[in-house]
Amino acid sequence: MAMIKEYETVIGLEVHVELATKTKIFCGCSTAFGGAPNTHTCPVCTGMPGTLPVLNKQVLEYAIAVGLATGCDITRYGKFDRKNYFYPDNPQNYQISQLYLPICRNGGIEIETQEGGRKTVGIHEIHMEEDAGKLIHDEWDECSLVDYNRSGVPLIEIVSEPDMRDAKEVIAYLEKLRLLIQYLGASDCKLQEGSMRADVNLSVREVGQKAFGTRTEMKNLNSFKAITRAIEGERERQIDLIEAGEAIIQETRRWDDAKGISYAMRSKEDAQDYRYFPDPDLAPIVVSDEMLAKIRAKQPEFRTEKMARYREEYGIPDYDIDIITSAKRMADLFEETVAICHQPKKVSNWLMGETMRLMKEKEIDAQDLHFSPQNLAKLIALTDSKAINGNVAKEVFEVMFDQDIEPEQYVEEHGLRTVNDAGALKKAIEEVIAGNPQSVEDYKNGKEKALGFLVGQTMKAMKGKAEPAMVNQILKEFLS
Amino acid sequence: MGKWTDGVSRLKERHRYGLMRIQDMTAVELAVAIKEGKTTAVDAVRETIARIEEKEELYHCYVTLDREGALERAKDVQAKIEAGEISAPLAGVPVAIKDNICTKGMLTTCASKILGNFVPAYSAQAICNLLRNGAIILGKTNMDEFAMGSTTETSAFGVTRNPWDPARVPGGSSGGSAAAVAAGECYYALGSDTGGSIRQPASFCGVVGMKPTYGTVSRYGLIAYGSSLDQIGPLTKDVADCAAVLESIASYDTKDSTSMRRQDTDFTSALIADVKGLRIGIPDDYFKEGLDGEVKAAVLQAAKALEEKGAIVEHFDLSLVEYAIPTYYTIAAAEASSNLERFDGIKYGYRATDYKGLHHMYKKSRSEGFGEEVKRRIMLGSFVLSSGYYDAYYLKALKVKALIKKAFNDAFMKYDVILGPTAPTTAPKLGESLADPLKMYLGDIYTIAVNLAGLPAISVPCGIDKAGLPIGLQLIGDCFQEKKLLQTAYTYEKACREAAII
Repeated sequence: MAMIKEYETVIGLEVHVELATKTKIFCGCSTAFGGAPNTHTCPVCTGMPGTLPVLNKQVLEYAIAVGLATGCDITRYGKFDRKNYFYPDNPQNYQISQLYLPICRNGGIEIETQEGGRKTVGIHEIHMEEDAGKLIHDEWDECSLVDYNRSGVPLIEIVSEPDMRDAKEVIAYLEKLRLLIQYLGASDCKLQEGSMRADVNLSVREVGQKAFGTRTEMKNLNSFKAITRAIEGERERQIDLIEAGEAIIQETRRWDDAKGISYAMRSKEDAQDYRYFPDPDLAPIVVSDEMLAKIRAKQPEFRTEKMARYREEYGIPDYDIDIITSAKRMADLFEETVAICHQPKKVSNWLMGETMRLMKEKEIDAQDLHFSPQNLAKLIALTDSKAINGNVAKEVFEVMFDQDIEPEQYVEEHGLRTVNDAGALKKAIEEVIAGNPQSVEDYKNGKEKALGFLVGQTMKAMKGKAEPAMVNQILKEFLS
Repeated sequence: MGKWTDGVSRLKERHRYGLMRIQDMTAVELAVAIKEGKTTAVDAVRETIARIEEKEELYHCYVTLDREGALERAKDVQAKIEAGEISAPLAGVPVAIKDNICTKGMLTTCASKILGNFVPAYSAQAICNLLRNGAIILGKTNMDEFAMGSTTETSAFGVTRNPWDPARVPGGSSGGSAAAVAAGECYYALGSDTGGSIRQPASFCGVVGMKPTYGTVSRYGLIAYGSSLDQIGPLTKDVADCAAVLESIASYDTKDSTSMRRQDTDFTSALIADVKGLRIGIPDDYFKEGLDGEVKAAVLQAAKALEEKGAIVEHFDLSLVEYAIPTYYTIAAAEASSNLERFDGIKYGYRATDYKGLHHMYKKSRSEGFGEEVKRRIMLGSFVLSSGYYDAYYLKALKVKALIKKAFNDAFMKYDVILGPTAPTTAPKLGESLADPLKMYLGDIYTIAVNLAGLPAISVPCGIDKAGLPIGLQLIGDCFQEKKLLQTAYTYEKACREAAII
């Protein structure tokens, strides 16, 4: 009987991150997303003859900052290299990248493993490069059009060592990397929008075997879910091939997440010779001690440090801290709101409760939260002063979540203020009691539930603008 | 009277008659005459255009002529000069521009079919500097395609003839610029020098040509051939013009990462006829096999003339000269193969018709758009950069380049100026060189080491051979020592003029 073989998956990642600079890497054009085709362009980023690249210093600073945050060695004398290949989205037909002397090397990120332990995923290198333009295929006219708005947008490519063993580790690494870069403000790292792109290099080998198997590279992974599915799919595909006695071909594959399968794009034999050589148009990159010290001094408080400070400073539960610090934007909102209203737990409740609920419901990323701390603080003040009740507050918050409205003004304009006029309330309660004799009877017979119904009816009559506690109290007085 | 004085016979004639016609003036002289009201920029442009009409059919110096634009501009500049708004030393003087330097709104072809319809939306920084100083651009001059060649015969738009003998080449690649200056079809011209492309045609056409220190003139807008070697520089009637033009075009430019911040660009301040105590080194390697006897004699005679004026002249071994050519052709071709990738028929320039799909379009457009010499260098460059050959060729060439630079550094510990011939021969006949590219490459032997080391060098006329063709003297300086070169060249030129008048 044949033994059932056990396989181990070996995974390394190549992650491209679009840097959050205002201008492109080698010219002054805007990096803003969107915009009519070829409006964020100039002679440099469209590859006009005679034009020359000039490095945007902010790109270098961000790349170094990411390198420092991931424990890399910073290359003090580096260069840019040209990667030569012909494609219409690449206006010079070479991409300015780094091969021989990348800006960062030999770093790592610590992740938690499934068993609850910790392991370090090594970072082989981080290099800077320019993004390409975008081809638009017009099927009606049978032609292709090119938009160079993205051409020259700065990227860093973070190349990991083949240190990950399953999808969970990959996701843990990516989440940690993303959070770190977001904390640095170096990028928003959105997979869906392509400001973070991960290519998965994967091979399998029998457990215990030392040598790596033949690897494939998977592209077009637009979400963590797609990455997870692609890893599982590719692992199975490779094991099936091995079990069938077939060879794995070293190739690049494209993942189709809708169909849950991958297609071969090109094999190693088709690989082009990129004829890399140092770009003679760019001066060598010299990182001085002063520059390094300056970037080091500017490094932000990262998550671990932030969590410790929250415990100390705000006295909110660890559970809250964990969620709030899981996104830089969330943490910023928390701190800024607390700075205004000095009520950490209440702010935390809004973020953990309604904010998280609406984010999930509306499929919004924490980074895209755009209500202001000022308005959240005002909303908390409105509930504190009992000017609005809890339900109204939630209703106002939802509008604020979408449009960042000013809550006081909104409450006034929509007449949502709690009615504190005891006369009006008493009148409403008398009417409810008169109109629901059965419920009154039930309550008097000991059915506590009936009181709830009567409160509800009163709230309805008051159009929600009464303080439920007060309604409760007056009702009880009337019925006793 | 020495043989070396023959080269200035035309100047002698000019001085003999005393009265000067506008077209015989140097650029500086013309600018002074305009300032003093003796003539106008408009007259200068009119007369130059008349001269062009007369000579151009034979010489073919220009690829593009902008008669109307130049006249319009001349009127504007003249008004500004009269209003005191422009007072730059060369204001109002007509200039010709090599066709690989981008001029906004004016065809810029690199003498290639592939850029035959290219009109830039921007001007090179050197052009912006010229325009700010009141220059009037007449048009764009012919050249070897993409500056690849030493004869101006690889142009896609026909050859340029040498005004000294129309059966001969003007040199290259800035042959159109050199010939235009020599023929009086402009007062001065801009060229570019990657391996001798300013100095060698200057030598062949009997004019002054200078390649500045790498980084002195912005490369922004110069359509790159070998990016680490290219420099824009002047081609002029004499040394004083050369200094004035260089002063006008040199600038630190934030758009060019290889641009240098220099405080010493007041080059005209070096126009002093004095070489007392100047240490001149003559590299014996430059006088070996392959050097024409008459050229050798003229150059050594020039050294003697400078010695007579007080310079200390010594012979020495520079070494490594024989390695300069393979090193240059490796590095320049490698960079060119990448620089010329952008000419693909997608965004601008020539696109083939009747193609099947993208790759066929690339192949056909480039095969039809580029000439033979350009294709030869693209292939050579692609080969030396390809996987498995990179270390053996490209990396090794970079190492030799560093050694050549060191050899020059050592020489400049002992000498202020290195003196030698600009080219091994005078201008060859049309068609002679193209048949044997290797021989043509060898013609660059004295000029290309200068580019590899990033040094400044100037070529000044130093005589005429038996065939009546001009000979060029090359003076090489250490980095940023243009002033020493200009002072030496100026002293020599003055000595020639004095000897000619006697």
